[in-house]
Amino acid sequence: MSNTIKREPTKLVPVPSRNKIPERDADKHPIMECRHLGIDFGGLTAVNDLDLAIGRTEIAGLIGPNGAGKTTVFNLLTKVYQPTRGTILLDGVDTHNMNTTQVNMAGIARTFQNIRLFSNLSVEDNVKLGLHNHIKYGMWQGIFRLPGYWKEEKKAHERALELLSIFDMQDLADAKAGSLPYGAQRRLEIVRALATEPKLLLLDEPAAGMNPSETAELMENIVKIRDTFNIAVLLIEHDMSLVMNICEGICVLDFGQTIAKGTPEEIQNNPEVIKAYLGGRKE
Amino acid sequence: MKNNRKLRLTKTSRTNFLTYLMVIVAFVVLNSMSNAGMLKSALQGQLVPICAYVTMALALNLTVGVLGELSLGHAGFMSVGAFAGAVAASAMRDAVAAEPVRLAIALVIGAAFAALAGVLVGIPVLRLNGDYLAIVTLAFGEIIKSIINNLYIGVDARGLHASFVQNTIALGDGGRMILSGPMGIPGVTKISTFTAGFILIMVTLVVIFNLVNSRSGRAIMALRDNRIAAESVGINVTKYKMMAFVTSAALAGAAGALFALGQNTIIASKFDFNQSILILVFVVLGGQGRMWGSIIAAAALTVLPELLREFADYRMLVYAIVLILVMLLTNNPTLKGFFEGLAAKVKKSEKGA
Ligand SMILES: Nc1ncnc2c1ncn2[C@@H]1O[C@H](COP(=O)(O)OP(=O)(O)OP(=O)(O)O)[C@@H](O)[C@H]1O
Ligand SMILES: [Mg+2]
Repeated sequence: MSNTIKREPTKLVPVPSRNKIPERDADKHPIMECRHLGIDFGGLTAVNDLDLAIGRTEIAGLIGPNGAGKTTVFNLLTKVYQPTRGTILLDGVDTHNMNTTQVNMAGIARTFQNIRLFSNLSVEDNVKLGLHNHIKYGMWQGIFRLPGYWKEEKKAHERALELLSIFDMQDLADAKAGSLPYGAQRRLEIVRALATEPKLLLLDEPAAGMNPSETAELMENIVKIRDTFNIAVLLIEHDMSLVMNICEGICVLDFGQTIAKGTPEEIQNNPEVIKAYLGGRKE
Repeated sequence: MKNNRKLRLTKTSRTNFLTYLMVIVAFVVLNSMSNAGMLKSALQGQLVPICAYVTMALALNLTVGVLGELSLGHAGFMSVGAFAGAVAASAMRDAVAAEPVRLAIALVIGAAFAALAGVLVGIPVLRLNGDYLAIVTLAFGEIIKSIINNLYIGVDARGLHASFVQNTIALGDGGRMILSGPMGIPGVTKISTFTAGFILIMVTLVVIFNLVNSRSGRAIMALRDNRIAAESVGINVTKYKMMAFVTSAALAGAAGALFALGQNTIIASKFDFNQSILILVFVVLGGQGRMWGSIIAAAALTVLPELLREFADYRMLVYAIVLILVMLLTNNPTLKGFFEGLAAKVKKSEKGA
């Protein structure tokens, strides 16, 4: 069983994206693009006909009322669910035959709305699990403690601390992940996702449960992460100040349908969006 | 903070070190007592089985405690290892004169066959998400029992012959039957020793501890803690489930071979569902993922019935009471809290000193 992904050669599909991506990314094809993406759960259409394109270094937002289908979009992009309809192109490659593991190796990493850490393991081990596919030694080298084990573990240890230092968490390295306070657990999930060296980072409500000062710090850190790692970020968030402040493009879902796409200004003045948020649920 | 890190880092390795130390000390003490003839004959005869069951408990703890999957048929792997090892040892009787060498080869063969069985069981089941392993291993244990109960193996100058029908094996001159279906292997040459059992336990501990504290072991524990998160960071679920389960099966096979080669006769129905559950009891009592716990539970509960022979009629009653007490001691929150408080106090006074 090898760790390489079996897939067809890269197909670049020169279809113009249906939403604007930032100027600086415009001359390159989007890091992720999905077309007519949809999924049904029995009779319920949770996501329908979603078209989305994310620029290579864009910070994009996915918003919408509760139950709009935002988390479901993440689950589709990461293949936790197989889409009923539509295509997902990751860096120009169709992901239809990939599973969650392969999608991660191809470049998408995520956090979860209801935190999913390896809670019995240490903080450092959680990050090292993010580094899993970048640590190069196998089972036998581990059991017999061959030189490869020591070399790679040392490298992984140093890299893990370096990544933890993004959120100033290096001193928590030995704490049990499950014992961290809520906010720290959310930050650790981001670090773990970053450790996999993604091209696109999906954050599902990263500011949930954080106080305003923590949220402000998180905002800065998301921008910092994008700038230092040079990656794209797609985030789901109910905190509008965060979304409007750092997102360059926003997509609004309601009942699985895309009701608006645009820049923060465009979204803020869109009557459909205002109706969805203020008018309550359409019956 | 730096200092603190160092201390914490050594915590796992300290537990591992103490586990090795415990096994070594127990071996040295028991072995010298045995050599001096100070052991009761009942206990003397239990030394090899204790080692086999300790290894079994450690092996199962890898599946249950580290991987987080339930196996209800680990006696099946023990059985495969027992018969493969015993047949191999018997077939090699003349070719390999040195008993320790023959034993070592038999253990490796037992482990290899059990690993193969582990692969066969694991491939269809471990791809699925859900608690299917328990059901399938349960069935596996029963199937293996039936297969071996109906298997006849003989050896002659031309090599090994196997059949499911007794009379179809035509052995040449000087040929002999090794395995005779429900009669099992009647004349096992006892070559297992306490020292060999001790070495097997140590090897098992090294394999498990080093696996757990490596890249692969982290991946295995990640699957236990949160499968979806593990997939989301690019961990190949089937690969690491197989790795843990097959390693566990192989160790169980080696334990089976050690056990078989310490008995006079060996029959398939010995390795039944009750046996699988007994081993599971060792793991649960000792604590999931806690290797030293498995060692103590397996050793204590293997010796206990023998030592309780004096109580004759009350034997099973006392056994049950001891089981309940151990369960209370290890799992009752009040008692646990009490012991933890005690441990903290001891630590404090140590620091003060
Ligand atoms: N596995 C599933 N089976 C059936 N229905 C599902 C499943 N997952 C999600 N749904 C339904 O799909 C709809 C969208 O859910 P989703 O979790 O994506 O919403 P959301 O936009 O993330 O909401 P929130 O803001 O509350 O997190 C909901 O009606 C939900 O009940
Ligand atoms: Mg959600």
